[in-house]
Amino acid sequence: MPHFAKPAEGSWTEHYPELGTGPVSYEDSISPDHYELERKAIFARTWLNVGRVEQLPRNGSYFTKELDAAGTSLVIVRGRDGEVRAFHNICRHRGNKLVWNDYPGEETSGTCRQFTCKYHGWRYATEGDLTFVQQESEFFDLDKSEYGLAGVQVEAWEGFIFVNLDPENTTPLREYLGEFGDGLAGYPFGAMTQVYKYRADVGANWKLFVDAFAEFYHAPILHAKQATADESRKLSGYGFEALAYKLDGPHGMVSSWGGMSPPKDLGMVKPIERVLQSGLFGPWTKPDIDGLAELPPSVNPSHHRAWGVDTFVFFPNFMLLIWEPGWYLTYHYWPTSYNTHIFEGTLYFVPPKTASERLEQELAAVTFKEYALQDGNTLEATQTMLESRAVTEFPLNDQEILLRNLHKTARDHVAAYQSTFATPVRISNAS
Amino acid sequence: MTTLPTGFTDLEPFADWALATEAERYAKRLASSMEELEAFYDAAFPRLADAMAYLDGLDLHALPEEATALLWLCYSLVNVSFPVEVWRQPRVPDSGAASMDMLVEPAV
Repeated sequence: MPHFAKPAEGSWTEHYPELGTGPVSYEDSISPDHYELERKAIFARTWLNVGRVEQLPRNGSYFTKELDAAGTSLVIVRGRDGEVRAFHNICRHRGNKLVWNDYPGEETSGTCRQFTCKYHGWRYATEGDLTFVQQESEFFDLDKSEYGLAGVQVEAWEGFIFVNLDPENTTPLREYLGEFGDGLAGYPFGAMTQVYKYRADVGANWKLFVDAFAEFYHAPILHAKQATADESRKLSGYGFEALAYKLDGPHGMVSSWGGMSPPKDLGMVKPIERVLQSGLFGPWTKPDIDGLAELPPSVNPSHHRAWGVDTFVFFPNFMLLIWEPGWYLTYHYWPTSYNTHIFEGTLYFVPPKTASERLEQELAAVTFKEYALQDGNTLEATQTMLESRAVTEFPLNDQEILLRNLHKTARDHVAAYQSTFATPVRISNAS
Repeated sequence: MTTLPTGFTDLEPFADWALATEAERYAKRLASSMEELEAFYDAAFPRLADAMAYLDGLDLHALPEEATALLWLCYSLVNVSFPVEVWRQPRVPDSGAASMDMLVEPAV
């Protein structure tokens, strides 16, 4: 008998019959060929979140983003007109990477009046126009207006900057983000500008790590040692059941109970958490800002009193966590090969006014890393054994519904791409 | 010459934990023995509430040098609390060779 009501079909999974309930294959996560197709079918043609508007505080602010999965690097810049644009990070002369700092593969950011290529000094305005060519008269009929930076589609949603590398994309960002894009609008993201960002190299397929964060079935077990012994025993006896799951096409969400704000039993809480009044779920007291008393409709969809956190999975690789105490987290997974990726975990809080508030956030940020290290290592172990193909079918339970949706969506994108672009080679005897 | 504010001279022996970045604090944690971590925690944890009260009386964005050092020491205490309160070892159990770097941290 589940603790929280499930849909009429008897399970969350069966509420979405296209998912099926049978065991799944993870071939899509261990195949170099499948990854090469994903690069074209997914990363080169969907909306990807690359940053937030606060990273571009002034006209002339810029940051670069390495998109290995899409085979390119981008410069995202706020022009003199205040508009945010995105360009392939390449000089139009002989293809040098335009914006980089000592190590070309590393991301960089700053403020500038124009971009100057280190190689031959070509200069570009922050709006993308080519404005200066060294020894221009040496060129043959060079029309500078034809050699501006190569732009890509860029749009913002609630301050999150997305790019789409498909020049033929006609789906606006807001439409792509669907029900959750609408249903999260109005959350005070813009008030949470205190940022703590982590980065890790993970030896696992990007989707397998998304999986680890898209279910909490593992939480009472893998992270058992994180809680006091009594609390751990209680949690693993109880198990994990979500308050709700929802899917919207490629995207999905899970709504969960949890957190201590403040805890009912101080004995269940670690000493440092007791003094700082914070923990994994964040500070025990909410920040005093507008927008938290009335949450937007996608948050806590079951309207449960015990609500603690919602996780939104925006396909392909952007996760947004809204925490009840009034802060949020994002996860990004940037593939670098079929079995490696860069994971970014970023915490956003309302800026602290006192040292106590700052220390509450420090505990949340440090706790996050303690948990994430356990996840990352486990996934590397998982990847190696999946690649053995000793076992090729894996049962998923109802709490793992978001995993079914992610892998199905990835495979569907690849299949759609293949059917559109793969042309059979016909060898004909006709002359 | 002291690093920490007067009133916290009992923590001077641990002033080398007053480190500005997460990378430095985490590296020192991993390089320390459990005895060293416990000695720091046992001295600093009982003073955490006092440190918070002292620092809360100052402007967080205009802290004098010795107050900043005390705040950094508190960040280290948060980090060290995990090995001492939970893990009984410096590294996160089941973390193997996994590592995670802090790419962006607040100015304060």
